[in-house]
Amino acid sequence: MTSRRVWPALGTVFAVILVLIPLYWMLISSFTPDARLFGAPALVPRALVLDHYRALFGGRGFWTPIRNSLIVAGATTVLSVVLGALCAYSLARLPFRGRGAVLAFVLAVSMFPQISIVPPLYLVLRGLRLINTYPGLVLPYLTFAMPLTIWLLVGFFRQLPVELEQAASMDGAGRLRTLWEIVLPLAWPGLATTAILTFLYCWNEFLFALSFTLGPERYTVPVAIALFRGQYQVPWGEILAAAVVATAPVAAIVLVAQRRIVASLTAGAVVG
Amino acid sequence: MTRTMKNDARVGWAFAFPALAAIVLVAVFPIVWTGWESLHLDDLRMPWLGRRFVGFDNYEEALSSARFWSAMAHAAVFTIVAVAIELVGGLVLALMMDRVSRGRGLIRTAVLLPWAMPTVVVALLWRFMFESPAGVVNGALARAGVVPPTWFADATAAWVPLILADVWKMTPFVAVLLLAGLQNIDRSLYDAARIDGAGWIRQLMEITLPLLKPALLVAFIFRALDAFRVFDLIYVMTAGGPGTATEPIALYTFSRLLQTLRFGFGSALSVIVFTVSFVFALMCISFLGRGALVERAS
Repeated sequence: MTSRRVWPALGTVFAVILVLIPLYWMLISSFTPDARLFGAPALVPRALVLDHYRALFGGRGFWTPIRNSLIVAGATTVLSVVLGALCAYSLARLPFRGRGAVLAFVLAVSMFPQISIVPPLYLVLRGLRLINTYPGLVLPYLTFAMPLTIWLLVGFFRQLPVELEQAASMDGAGRLRTLWEIVLPLAWPGLATTAILTFLYCWNEFLFALSFTLGPERYTVPVAIALFRGQYQVPWGEILAAAVVATAPVAAIVLVAQRRIVASLTAGAVVG
Repeated sequence: MTRTMKNDARVGWAFAFPALAAIVLVAVFPIVWTGWESLHLDDLRMPWLGRRFVGFDNYEEALSSARFWSAMAHAAVFTIVAVAIELVGGLVLALMMDRVSRGRGLIRTAVLLPWAMPTVVVALLWRFMFESPAGVVNGALARAGVVPPTWFADATAAWVPLILADVWKMTPFVAVLLLAGLQNIDRSLYDAARIDGAGWIRQLMEITLPLLKPALLVAFIFRALDAFRVFDLIYVMTAGGPGTATEPIALYTFSRLLQTLRFGFGSALSVIVFTVSFVFALMCISFLGRGALVERAS
């Protein structure tokens, strides 16, 4: 009877260790001086230095891609949560014909391979002179952010009790007022989780950012890191420091919101 | 009553319109355009040639090119191997996590981290681990008495870090999806089975797996669609190399589009990727039964 409990626990611990080893290795390597970077791995490092971080924010100017990523991911998140909330509320609550078809359509778009829309987006953005600009990334990002927010928020709105809204509409409140005064205050955990997940997707996005930016002044964090390779040798120390910097906000988000993230992901993927 | 319903329907469309318009504008309209563009010769490096309608020439060129077929094969093999490992590993992990009651928050956090990280970072991290001569991987192999291959110069060995990185990143995510499915299973079924004297293997085969089938299929569809279009991981870790030995179809398409600027030909490749994904998704959904994926719509 006890072995039934011990083996799963041991297995889970083992899996967690397997997950954490590369992350730990990344973290300590980013503080390891260049001379030792390719030496034998030590579980407890002998010397930790900030050299790579200094080079990253000093010579490399890594603030620029961080600022670009924050602007693009922030703008995309705000835009798609606002439009997505309206759309999702209507899909969750208002009885109109074609609702099912619209949801299926949104799901289908979320499965589009990104590479398939790179050519026209490039041509349009070039025509509008939006290549290498912030709007030139926010617009393409809507292709995955809009379906994501709609899909997640429909799930959240459906979980809310419908009675309060009915009471509000009895009192003669219009739909928009009901949404603003009754539904949104109740739905804020759902809105926050949706915003967090949308931000994560934008923060990590690579293909569009690589296709529609031209220079370091507009690179987002993933593009900047991927194109780090120096002319003569790979600056691994700086790359690893940048990797830690790119992962830090993600880790903070996961730490704070893991329960809600799991709930929304499983609601979207399994129940959906 | 009918008047409010009519009004509600109008408001419903009005609320949904901005978001749907945005989706049509940035996603649907471009897909149609890709299709039209793929029927043209449009070489941005040679603008003097103009933009000429060439019918299906680009498709003919793609289908008769060896590099196209090997890129398709690379994407397919990567998908089959990675997704198979992730589904089996994810199932085992989910079954184990289901039995653990303490430290759930901590486990969930650890397990979600690789999934939530930028793929670019994962690719670089695994490249570093395999490249460093005395590092985690090669050091351990050397101590075990195995001579490690030169991972990134070997057409076959280069797949190992690629697939391991994908498995590391996505298996925990699959486990989280499956765990939710497991927790929806009625526990009394297991009690009844135990009273009937069924061991855990029989419980797994006759209760867990059949009831988990929808969750498994959904995880399979999402992972397979995602793995087939793999780009970030391979672009950053091997750049498709050595040579084009690890180049998947998305990377080949990208290089035709933005490195050689052959937009007509690149668009034809894009259309092929889209069509293959779409047909695959339709096949899976019809296999699932139409209800499962769009259940919410009702």
